[in-house]
Amino acid sequence: MSIRNLSKLALATIVLLLAGCSGGVLDPKGQVGIEEKNLIILCTILMLIVVIPVIVLTLYFAWKYRASRDFEVYTPKWAHSTKIEATVWSIPILIIIALGIITWQSTHALDPYAPLEDKGEHMTVEVVSLNWKWLFIYPEQGIATVNELVIPANKPVSFKITSEGTMNSFFIPQLGSQIYSMAGMETQLHLIADEPGTYKGISANYSGAGFTGMKFDTIATPTEADFDAWVQKVKSEGGSLTSENFTQLAEDSENHPVTYYSTVSDGLFHEIIMKYMKDHGSMDFYGKPANAATGVKAEAMQHKGHHMGVEE
Amino acid sequence: MSFLGKLSIEAVPYHEPIVMVTLGVVAVLGLVIAGLITKFKAWGPLWRDWITSIDHKRLGIMYILLALIMLMRGFADAIMMRTQLAAATNGAEGYLPPEHYDQIFTAHGVIMIIFMAMPFMVGLMNIIVPLQIGARDVAFPFLNNLSFWLTAGGAILINLSLGVGEFAKTGWVAYPPLAGLEYSPGVGVDYYIWALQISGLGTLLTGVNFLVTVFKMRAPGMKLMQMPIFTWTCTWGNILIAASFPILTAVLAMLTLDRYLDFHFFTNDLGGNSMMYINLFWAWGHPEVYILVLPAFGIFSEIISTFTAKRLFGYKSMVYASGAIAILGFIVWLHHFFTMGSSANVNAFFGIMTMVIAVPTGVKLFNWLFTMYRGRLTITTPVLWTLGFMVTFTIGGMTGVLLAIPGADYVLHNSLFLIAHFHNTIIGGAVFGYLAGFAYWFPKAMGFKLDEKTGKAAFWCWQIGFMLAFMPLYVLGFLGMTRRLNHTDNPDWNIWLYIAAFGAFVIAAGIFFQLLQLFISFKNKEALKDTTGDPWNGHTLEWSTASPPQYYNFAVIPHIKDIDAWTDMKERGEAYQKPEKYAPIHMPKNTSAGFFMSMSFTVMCFALIWHIWWLAAVGFIAGIAVFIKRCYTSDVDYYVQVDEVETIEAEHLSANAKGVNA
Repeated sequence: MSIRNLSKLALATIVLLLAGCSGGVLDPKGQVGIEEKNLIILCTILMLIVVIPVIVLTLYFAWKYRASRDFEVYTPKWAHSTKIEATVWSIPILIIIALGIITWQSTHALDPYAPLEDKGEHMTVEVVSLNWKWLFIYPEQGIATVNELVIPANKPVSFKITSEGTMNSFFIPQLGSQIYSMAGMETQLHLIADEPGTYKGISANYSGAGFTGMKFDTIATPTEADFDAWVQKVKSEGGSLTSENFTQLAEDSENHPVTYYSTVSDGLFHEIIMKYMKDHGSMDFYGKPANAATGVKAEAMQHKGHHMGVEE
Repeated sequence: MSFLGKLSIEAVPYHEPIVMVTLGVVAVLGLVIAGLITKFKAWGPLWRDWITSIDHKRLGIMYILLALIMLMRGFADAIMMRTQLAAATNGAEGYLPPEHYDQIFTAHGVIMIIFMAMPFMVGLMNIIVPLQIGARDVAFPFLNNLSFWLTAGGAILINLSLGVGEFAKTGWVAYPPLAGLEYSPGVGVDYYIWALQISGLGTLLTGVNFLVTVFKMRAPGMKLMQMPIFTWTCTWGNILIAASFPILTAVLAMLTLDRYLDFHFFTNDLGGNSMMYINLFWAWGHPEVYILVLPAFGIFSEIISTFTAKRLFGYKSMVYASGAIAILGFIVWLHHFFTMGSSANVNAFFGIMTMVIAVPTGVKLFNWLFTMYRGRLTITTPVLWTLGFMVTFTIGGMTGVLLAIPGADYVLHNSLFLIAHFHNTIIGGAVFGYLAGFAYWFPKAMGFKLDEKTGKAAFWCWQIGFMLAFMPLYVLGFLGMTRRLNHTDNPDWNIWLYIAAFGAFVIAAGIFFQLLQLFISFKNKEALKDTTGDPWNGHTLEWSTASPPQYYNFAVIPHIKDIDAWTDMKERGEAYQKPEKYAPIHMPKNTSAGFFMSMSFTVMCFALIWHIWWLAAVGFIAGIAVFIKRCYTSDVDYYVQVDEVETIEAEHLSANAKGVNA
């Protein structure tokens, strides 16, 4: 029995090792994702310090003290040992202290709201989840796309995220962290692609019938020039996105084709967030920025994107 | 609005072959069972001895029966999901369109947690806790019956949704705004709300009932720190029930107001905020998983100490560790949504609090290890479940701590890694525990042991099937596959999806062996009969009674001097001694009030789901009327006379006259 269990354990380990092969969160292509992968590996090793002995001892004790081995020591009334109790409390405590310190530091280092350090100026992309597709607005370029995200490699990106209706989660597994998109609120995420390539993007929070099809390709272009060329292409090919035809776009649709918009009406992203606030009269919590196109906002909003009662 | 509200013949999905075949099979099975009951003239006994019973042991058996039936239903959902995902690869659509599939994964979650795991846990607690503390019943026997039928009412509603209307398509958490009227205008979410409300009320009443029982009805001499460990873990679970279920009730009530009366607690517009729902839901939802798993920990402790023929190592540590888990379980809920965008300080706090839970849990594992140390372990079916648990749950605990690190959760959240993790703890922890407890206490409840061979086969199928079904999901999580997808088109994922589907069929074999075990054991029940009442040479008081126990449990309430009260009595030679004289025993009478009240409220809930307002009023008034009538009934108890007690006790004592087996 113990051998069978051990082989299962071995199988599980192999399985976990195999997982590193391709395409997922263990194959990151951006700094955030790489740090998260290293964090996962480090913490797993730390925990295995307890987990492996527990599993091995379970099987060993079950074998050693089975009833048929009646020559082993038998102490039916022995039920307390201060030494053992102190040990079994302190080993997990020590490991959790270590993990706790790692957690505190890594949570701050990987704060999705914090711009990436030492990476230079961030490019802004505004992300809107719709039933069931993703709209990307590039305020600095004045263009928009549906279900395709293009960014230059090695350029940090600041994502401003909201939802038109249901809650989704904006996630590009190979680049790192995800963040929910929620209607009437803005959440933030900072990512970077270290290598050019095409990375799958998804919604990681179920949002209804067409949720499975809420996929987009994230294309990291080799150079900024390539990115600029792509922008020009969008500008020459795309139609225009206004408040009026946004309503059409927002209607339910599944597996929406990639669509380009050469122009976007000013402050559309802000309008989408404020849509649900209209009935509140003058309660404009998000204070429309002076220049909506650049996405510059009041400092107070930087970290409290979803705290609606934030004081202005 | 018509006479039947939103209800019409269109609500029956007669154009859906899968649903109609299922309903047909259920109808045939129902007719067969009804036919058999009629043939054996069992309707009378069924009504008198079971449906109206306030005996905690019979209610416990009915809870477990409900849990097993719901296990089949929930598992059928699971098999459909796994086969759909195995079939719908490389862009194929599979056989379940989102319309169906989304209901199935929602129903699977709700059924497995609320209508399988909870009744199983409550059932075992019902049968064993009063016996372990030397009580003749629970504090409020009528309430206990009511609780069961409220739970059953919820189960009826959720199963009704299969044939009348639809179930929620929101995932088992029913997050708004998706679960709001705007995005879920159908009756599915209403079924969800009322099924959870009515069964949640039952659970809350059970929690309160057992807390009072444990605090007020322990046998003389039994201090709190002498309660058997299973009773202790159930008590911590009940404290969590009493503290957390009202939160669920409140949050669902707010969602109800949003959906029925145009309130705006959780809507996008008019100042609603769905984040509030998500917080409140998990403020209940996280304690809920400890409600499920703590009693399972208690079961493992009992089994390990019984089958090593040894005292439990570190009893006090175990009690405090359970308490620590229960209390910490209340301040970790935010780890279910680190990705909502809270500040780093908030996320780090909740992450670290979650990890701290690993400390008492780790202590428990070590204490089970040291209970085996220098013992004499007999490898029976319950022991196999326990060892399987210790290996499986350790892995689940490790992945849980990993998910508690916000930095790791940012990429693993909502992925199949998460699905693998919580099945690893809920199956490997809670369900293995209940199945262990099922095999361990079966002779106590039914009077005969379960067949060992099929029991062991069931264990191995579950254990291996579990590994095959869920280890691939860890891999898929790392490969970037998120949960609740209807179909996939990533060739790297296919092999893992196939293995997982195969694993589900191995688990199906485990369930088959479990049923076969019941069948074989019933057939051989004379050979497997437990005449002593103490088949495993147990440590605690439930083993001092006959199997099945006398309906009044204890002719004379024992005086407790030790944690392992029954071992202590056996060693002192106080076991199986005829007392000088018996006294009449005060017992509660059976009542149909609980059944009628619950069914009235179930009708009310059904009417509310379909907006049949007059029927809702009828159901509500009928339920309250039954309750008021019950309040004014004074004929609720009776005395068991001494001669009857003497006859029953003489039989139990003579069965053990050949000598005490201590």
